[in-house]
Amino acid sequence: MDNILAELQDIFRDILDQPDLVLTRASNAANVEDWDSLAHINLVTSIEKHYKIKFALGELQELKDVGDMIDLIQAKLAAK
Amino acid sequence: MTIDRLSLDDLLLKRKKLRRELASEDGLHPVRIAVLGGSTTNEVVDLLEIFLLAAGFQPTFHPSEYGRFYEEAVLEPGDLIAFAPDIVYLHTSFLNVQSPPPVHCSEAEFQGYVEAELGRYRRIWESIERNVSAQIVQNNFELPPYALLGNLDSVSSGGMSRFLLAMNMEFARAAAADSRLLLHDVHSLAARLGLDRWFDWDRYFGYKILHTPEANCALARSLTAVVRALYGRSRKVLVLDLDNTLWGGVIGDDGVDKIQIGRETPVAEAYTAFQEYCLSLQHRGILLAVCSKNNEEVARQGFEHPDSVLKLEHFAAFKANWEPKHENILAIAKELNLGVDSFVFVDDNPAERAIVQAQIPGIAVPEVGAEVSQYAAILDRGRYFEPVSMSAEDLSRAELYQHNAARASAAATFADYGEYLDSLEMVAEIDRFKPVYVDRIAQLTNKTNQFNLTTRRYTLAEMEAIAQDSTYIGLYGKLSDRFGDNGLITIVLGRREGDILHLDLWLMSCRVLKRDMELAMLDALVENARAAGAKSLQGRYIPTKKNGMVADHYEKLGFDPVSTDPETQTSIWSLDISSYIPRNRHIKILEPVHG
Repeated sequence: MDNILAELQDIFRDILDQPDLVLTRASNAANVEDWDSLAHINLVTSIEKHYKIKFALGELQELKDVGDMIDLIQAKLAAK
Repeated sequence: MTIDRLSLDDLLLKRKKLRRELASEDGLHPVRIAVLGGSTTNEVVDLLEIFLLAAGFQPTFHPSEYGRFYEEAVLEPGDLIAFAPDIVYLHTSFLNVQSPPPVHCSEAEFQGYVEAELGRYRRIWESIERNVSAQIVQNNFELPPYALLGNLDSVSSGGMSRFLLAMNMEFARAAAADSRLLLHDVHSLAARLGLDRWFDWDRYFGYKILHTPEANCALARSLTAVVRALYGRSRKVLVLDLDNTLWGGVIGDDGVDKIQIGRETPVAEAYTAFQEYCLSLQHRGILLAVCSKNNEEVARQGFEHPDSVLKLEHFAAFKANWEPKHENILAIAKELNLGVDSFVFVDDNPAERAIVQAQIPGIAVPEVGAEVSQYAAILDRGRYFEPVSMSAEDLSRAELYQHNAARASAAATFADYGEYLDSLEMVAEIDRFKPVYVDRIAQLTNKTNQFNLTTRRYTLAEMEAIAQDSTYIGLYGKLSDRFGDNGLITIVLGRREGDILHLDLWLMSCRVLKRDMELAMLDALVENARAAGAKSLQGRYIPTKKNGMVADHYEKLGFDPVSTDPETQTSIWSLDISSYIPRNRHIKILEPVHG
């Protein structure tokens, strides 16, 4: 779990070009600078590539914050 | 910065940082590109921006509102006019076809559907040409993702495949007749990648991005080639290595009769095919040049081989010598009076590629690997020689050339040759002959002709006996660098008589020339000679037709001349080792493992 958070933090730092960004489970589009809808697409594409998983249609609309994202990634990795 | 070596995943992840870093370079040439899209274009634009920055352009984009390519070009061109684009890119796809023929469409009705659809695009092109002075780049159509009629889909007048192919033919005709309209051959790009890797339905349903990241990368690279071509920045010269690039084998060692070219073996076939590809480039106006570490006379013989497709007359410049390749390439550029940024360099040796890439800013050095069967495909994919209509002369080329010159001089290079050698991260293993290597030692001894001081041959049995004989000091050297392991590439064999060690053999593979490996060997030789009680080394150079490159070997290593036989020109050299100080600075030596 901590691992996924750390890896997501790396991906967010790269995509948003914010090398000092600190991500927590409570991080969301409202409290992370520049996490707009375009950045969101780029984040999802890179997360899918990193974990070699695919989010199903509709799954992403359910996510409120990074915590939800971690849980979903973990569930997908466990099901692999 | 060479972004060509980044993976697609890294390009996507680090795009913001890359853009920031690349955009801070000086002397970038501004180009204004309006992107009129039929689907979401952000990703392809992000990648295009990075590739253009890396190619020396400073692009400014004006993306249309989602899907409004027709409206913004024809109905409300105000924004486009205000933006004043240099290039208008129409990023359309089969999804944007408004009225495809119905499945029951008759043959008589078919052309009407084509005309109707084509009419929309004609109105777009006419409006752009009337309103702005830009070059238009128009996507043609990839094949549809589904062939509803199976094989009949490209036969029947109601088939989508047939319709799109007919549209592509009309687009091609229009582009051929209008110098301001350039076709972007998406059909071919999609075919190369494969439609299953081209369309990204999840992202389409989610965000209206039609293409996979891979496809967007291919589109962006292709568009970059088009922009380069429009600004007269396509490459013009193909510089080629010889041994294991244009033919198989080492002509200096193997002789012209033994190089692999022709139809006799699969390897020879592959080199012949690559020569044919180079020749077809020459026929369409690309200049060919040779840059090879070879004896010039020997190198030229390769093209007199009866099966060589390429002949000497096909080359605009020919450099075969032992100087560093980047110096030869700069000399070729001077000779041809062309900038090195119009050069592409092909060499099977990754170390040569690295130094040329590092020392000559702007030159293209594709990672061709060492498999000749792949060279042409890799070159082709790079789109280095993209041609374009002559209308591009409107665009200011001279200014761009100036910018590039300034940029080239500012770019970093290695401070000196030593720094380059250090960058190779070389590690050597040097040790006394071991049974496990005797086969390889005998083989190398018998096939090395160029870097070989005495050209003495030994049978395997003789070599085995020498390995056991304590009057001999036989050393082998293996060298690896950051590109991989070169294997066992050098041998020195000394024979002790009193306190003199006579060097019966000193040879090295030309693959590791000018790496200071001979210094590392000399260090080890002196150490071993001292331990055996020798006080001096005595070397011998026996000239042959092929070993002229080592005529000054002992002189360069600081040996004193003793005598020269006036008849054979064989020279004897001597080195007092009492005060010898180790000389190797750039190769890390592994401690030998015994037992």
